[in-house]
Formats: sequence, structure tokens, C-alpha cells
Amino acid sequence: MAANLLTRSFPPAGGSTTLSATSRKEGKKKLTLPSFPFTHTSERHLNSSVSFYPLSFGEGWGEANTGTNIKNMLKRFAAIWFRHLTTDWQAIRRPELQNMPFVFAAPDHGRMMITATNSIAETHGVIPGMVAADAKAIIPSLQVIDEQPGRAAKLLKSLGEWCIRYSPIIAVDLPDGLILDVSGCTHLWGGESAYLDEIVKRLKSKGYDTRAAMADTVGTAWAISRYGQLRPVIGPGEQAAALFALPPAALRLEPLIVERLQKLGLKTISSFISMPRSALRRRFGQGLLQRLDYALGNEDEPIQPLVPLEPYMERLPCLEPIVTAAGIEIALQRLLETLCKRLQQEGKGIRTAILKAYRMDGKVEQIGIGTNRPSHHIRHLFNLFELKIATIEPALGIELFTLEAPKVEDISPLQEALWEGKPGLDDQNVAELLDRLAGKLGADTIHRYLPDEHYWPERSVKMAISILEKPTTNWRDDKPRPLMLLPCPEPIEVTAPIPDYPPMLFRYKNKVHQIKKADGPERIEAEWWLNTGEHRDYYYVEDQDGQRYWVFRLGHYSAEERANQWFLHGFFG
Amino acid sequence: MTDAKKDIISRLQKDILLWEGFRPPAAGAAGSVGLGPVEAAFPNGVFPTGAVHEFLTAEPEHRAASGGFIAGLLAPLMQNGGACLWTGVSRTVFPAALRAFGIEPDRIIFIDVQREKDVLWVMEEALKCSGLAAVIAEMRDISFAQSRRLQLAVEQSRVTGFILRKDIRKLSTTACVARWRVTPLPSEPEDGLPGVGFPRWNVELLKVRNGNPGAWKVEWSAGRFMHIPEYTGEMVLEEHSRKAG
Repeated sequence: MAANLLTRSFPPAGGSTTLSATSRKEGKKKLTLPSFPFTHTSERHLNSSVSFYPLSFGEGWGEANTGTNIKNMLKRFAAIWFRHLTTDWQAIRRPELQNMPFVFAAPDHGRMMITATNSIAETHGVIPGMVAADAKAIIPSLQVIDEQPGRAAKLLKSLGEWCIRYSPIIAVDLPDGLILDVSGCTHLWGGESAYLDEIVKRLKSKGYDTRAAMADTVGTAWAISRYGQLRPVIGPGEQAAALFALPPAALRLEPLIVERLQKLGLKTISSFISMPRSALRRRFGQGLLQRLDYALGNEDEPIQPLVPLEPYMERLPCLEPIVTAAGIEIALQRLLETLCKRLQQEGKGIRTAILKAYRMDGKVEQIGIGTNRPSHHIRHLFNLFELKIATIEPALGIELFTLEAPKVEDISPLQEALWEGKPGLDDQNVAELLDRLAGKLGADTIHRYLPDEHYWPERSVKMAISILEKPTTNWRDDKPRPLMLLPCPEPIEVTAPIPDYPPMLFRYKNKVHQIKKADGPERIEAEWWLNTGEHRDYYYVEDQDGQRYWVFRLGHYSAEERANQWFLHGFFG
Repeated sequence: MTDAKKDIISRLQKDILLWEGFRPPAAGAAGSVGLGPVEAAFPNGVFPTGAVHEFLTAEPEHRAASGGFIAGLLAPLMQNGGACLWTGVSRTVFPAALRAFGIEPDRIIFIDVQREKDVLWVMEEALKCSGLAAVIAEMRDISFAQSRRLQLAVEQSRVTGFILRKDIRKLSTTACVARWRVTPLPSEPEDGLPGVGFPRWNVELLKVRNGNPGAWKVEWSAGRFMHIPEYTGEMVLEEHSRKAG
């Protein structure tokens, strides 16, 4: 039955038979793996005689495979297991923790439950899942640090991005591993075991304690990295043999199924791998069969590769140093063309962009632009830069230009203009005009106002944050408001009958205005929750020439004469 | 013979107007800005949009009156969701007051520049932008060459420009299509009610290219311009009755 399974797990390619022949030929090489420690738990004994399976597939199987069908090309996967991912990371950040036991703990049902331990704590028997108080009883000097949820995922993602130097396809394997699709990568590091060596060594030097394994399937690589005792590299098609001695948990089964298998005395995979599939399905569900198929390679396991974010940056080295503005313009145009082409394909637009010019004498000149809305319009961006090209000093000459877009946003696809030239704030031309104005005069010169729910005139309008922000309330036009409002009210001399009649005349800038008609008063209180101050009684007055003003009296009349009680605040249209 | 000559002359005049950027009255009411008899002063009897108008505003009161008049003109220009741009060095326009003239103040973009010469640059750039309905600039002075640049810009984009000139001591010729002076007039409350009535202005068209200058009394009431005919019998009667009272 086992032989049956083996043949099933092999791809029916002619290459596989030649392959084993080749591999046996160069089987005299001895494998030494210093970076593959097998000292995890007591049940996994370290087998120091790694030469027990003295097989190396570094170059051999690749050569043998060249003649075979590409479609049947063997996939190779590596699994990396971070034995103490979060605690290693903590020890890197705080070196004083390196030589003392510490654990991460998170509150669970009112207790602090240990979620991760470092190797020193582990040797004392502290394992994840223990209550922190119990662990403290075992090791009184134990440090307990609060766990931050999601840290492991974040760490694995950044480690995965680091690993892209080894393989272009990397998947995060939560909670503590990485999966690398290494098909066709290993020969660059001189063979598969050298490849794994290199990764483990490099991670070790950074401070991460890892185990790595390689096999034809993700499942087997995973199992060997966690539970393997003999050798890290499993040859093509040898998954079944490698899995035989491993416990069922190596198949990434649910804890419930593992427990049931244990109860039935099925302590290794070999004890149930040859059972009829229908019996296994009935007893343990489809999950077990699927995991088995994944591990043996009967079924392809999908992985979610990490997609690294490529920076939006373009370079343009110059054969001869550029010293003229025309040359800079040509360089800018080229850079914009390539960058905008990429942005257009990805449906994105530039919000900010920086052009850097690296000079012969080592200095870097740079100019930057910003846009009000994302844009990949070459002409427009070029015009924005054009205003600032004059500020670049080429000196002896510029040898390299780079254009980068640190801030990029999704662009909403422009609707085909159904009404050509419809004016408005959402018009593309207006946005581009404002970009030009902001580029030359600064963004703080552009203002747009929205109504705000205040009576106090200075606060009744507020600055809009963006060009497309919509008003949240309606504009009021029930009370007279002057078309020109002075930024700060100017004191006037007034003759007015008390208590609250409009003034009869006022003097402003040495000119006397006789008041003929008046409306008011409209009392506006200073909003005490915003600032303290006296109320204003506003009058809408018209003088003998028909000129209309907005004047107010500050506060109540009081016994002592105050000089500046009347103010002019605006001119009506 | 004379009829034929007149015909030729009028056709030539129309052609010249077209070349100068004046459009014949469009079908429908889209061309009208609601100024009534004032519009008749312009060639073809149409208020020229897509041109630059200048306003003489020496006093802040005149600036406010001109601002109100322009705001009234903006309402039909901005009616289809159009945006406009208002620029100046020390701008005092209060956005909340523009609502009374029938426009949405949030559709006006204000550019507050530091230097006088930036106003001209902003105005020229904005007049080139066909996405705007109108551009208003408050500036001290403008030379013929500068106004010519603005005129060339609007001939491409058909944007309407308004210039508020502060310095009127040395008035040079400009390429603007019309020169206005809007001054406030005493308002007339309805039926002798107390208080201040609707804003009323004396609108003077000092210069107009190919048109007839003149002066009119205009009131902004109920969301539109009202032409006040001069010296009506009613007003005289009112004066008499007041004297009698």
C-alpha cells in the first residue's frame, strides 16, 4: 500500500526515474547542517547522524529535469519556522532580556495567559497556554510582558519582505512561519541545503532562532520544519517516506482531530496513512484527507504570496552632465512619461512628487510639487514643475535625475464628458489651475468658505479643507450682511440717542456721515463657550449719499464714558 | 443705392463685431444677464460675456457697490454649477453676504496674494481656464499691455473677467470691453416703510467698445435687477406730499 501511495505521489513524468538514478550516483556527499538544531521538545530526539540519508539534490535533479515537460516541472517549497518569533524580536530590541526568562501574556478570562515564551523560559518548562502566575511560581525571576495582538503578523510580513532576496514568491504562514516557493532559486546559493543554511544563518545573525526545511509540497516542508528529525531537505517525491515517522500534528490538523488520533493510538502518520480513505473520511472528516493530499502532493495547495510595494520612482542617468534648463526639461519629460504610464496602468495619480538632480560635485538639488487631486496628466505635472525649474542650479552639471512620488492616490476614472466643458469645482481644468497657483504662490493663498452655524460674523464662515468639500448647512440670507467686511472692526465717533436708537451721525476717517435710514439693532452675543466678550448691537445704516454701512455698539451703555464703544464693521453693496 | 450701401455697412459692422469677439444674441434667454435697458447699450444689445470689464472703485463704498453689482451679474453666469475665482491683495469680501445676490458662496475660490503683481498673473492664468465661469480681481492699476494680455486670454477661453481698479487718478486706455462706475444711491423703502430698502446703485457705463455709454439707476430686489426709470411722476408726487406733510 505504501508503494502504491508513493507511485501516486510521484508526478507521472519520465524525469522522476532518471532523477532518482542521478541522485543515487552522487549520494556519497555528506551533509553537515550546523544550523539545523533539533532540540525542541523531549519527544523529538536529535539524530546527529545526518549522513543517514546522504542525499543531495543540489544540481542533479535540475539537470535530469531539463528534458521533461515544463508543465510537470517540480515545485519546491521551503518552510521557515520561527521558534520564538515575538520573544526573539523583543530580545533584539531590548538586549538586556537576552539572558533572562521572559514571556508574553495576554488577559484571558480574567487571568494572564502566556502566549509566547523565550528559550530560557522554555527550558524551565514554561510553555504557551500556561497561566502567568503558575509560570511565576516555577521561575520567580520571570518577566511578564503584555502581548500586543497582531504583532506576529506584522513581523512575519516584514520578515517575508526581507526574504524576497531568496525567492520572489513568499507567503506568510501564521502564526509563526514563512513559506517560500523556491522552485529554480536554490542553485544560485549552491544547492538546496546550502540555500537553507544561508537563510537560517542570516536569520540567526539577526537574532531569530529558526528551523527551515524544503520539500516538494508546502505540507511536507511545514511538517519537516516543525517535527523533522533527520534532515531538512526532502528529495523530490519522497514526501510519504519523510512523513511516516512524524506525529499526526505535523499535518497541520485541528487539535480536536489530533487528540482523537492520539486516543486511538495512531501516534505516527505511518499508522494511518495506509488506511482506506473512506474510513478516514468517516472517522476524521474531509480535513484530514485534504491535509494528507496537500502534504503528499496529490493536490496543489494554494499560497498567498506577499506583494511588495514597489516605490513610485524613476531614474534617468545622463551620459553627459546636463547644465541647461532645456536639458532638465527633457529629462523631466522622460521621467514623467515613464512614471505616469505606470500610474495610469495602476489607476493611480500623483499627489506629491519630487524631482532630484544629483550634481557632479555631489550636491543634490530638488524641487517638489503638490496637486489638489491625484493626477497622472503628464502635461499638467510638467507645467507644475516648469515653474520651479529655474531654481535648480546645475553648477558643473547634473549626472542623474530621479523622480519619485511619495504620495500617490487612487484616481477615479474620468467619466467621458457628456456635457463638454461643464464648468464647476470638480472640473479637471479648475483643479489643474489651482495646482499651478499653489505651486507658485503657496497653497495657503487659496481659500474657499463654507457656512458655519454661528451668528458671530467672523465665525459664520469657515475655511473649506478641500476643493470638493460640501457645505453641511445652508447659507443664511435672512439677516443683512455686508458685502465687504473689515477684517477687524474700526472705531468710529458716534452721536446716538440712548438707550438703543441707531446713531444720528458718525465720523469715520474724518468724514461725517449723517444717517438718514437705519435698521436694527440686531444683537449678536459673543459665544461664551468659545470666547468671552461683550455682545454687539449691529445697525444697518444709510447716510445722506445713500452709502450703506454696518456699525455696532459694543456692550451696554455704562455710567463711565468709554471712548471706543462704536465700531464700523462693513460696507453694504 | 443708399439701401444697398447701408446693407453693406451694417453687414461689415456685424462682421467686425464678430471678429472682435461679440456674439450675436443667442437663441433662448441664456445670453441675458437681466440688466434690461443697460444691456441695450452694448453692441447687438447683449451683455458681453467672455470679455473683461473694468470697474472704477476709488472708495470702499464704491467697491462694495461694484461688488454687489458684479455678484448680481455672476448669478446667471454661475447658474449651471459654475465656479468663479476672486483674487486680490487685501480682500474684504464677506462670503456669507454673497448669498443675498443669488449665488452659492462656496463655489467661489478666493486667492489672497501677497503682492500686487501676482494679482495680474493669477487673473491671466485663471482667465485661461475654461472650467471657470468668471474671474474677479481687485487691483490697483492696469496698463494697456496688461489688459491686452487678459483680453487675449478670454478670447480663447470665453471666461468673463471683472477688474476692480482702486487707483483712478491716472486712467489710461485699456483693452477692456467696458468701463463701469457703480456708486450707491439712497434706497427707497416700499410704501414709505421705515428702515433701509433694497440696494440701489447709479450704474454708469463710462466707456463701451462699439456701444453707447450711459447712466442708469438699478435696484437689486427679489433676486434680480430692477431698472428704476428716472423722474417718474410718482416720485415727484411723493416729494410734494412729503413737503405737504
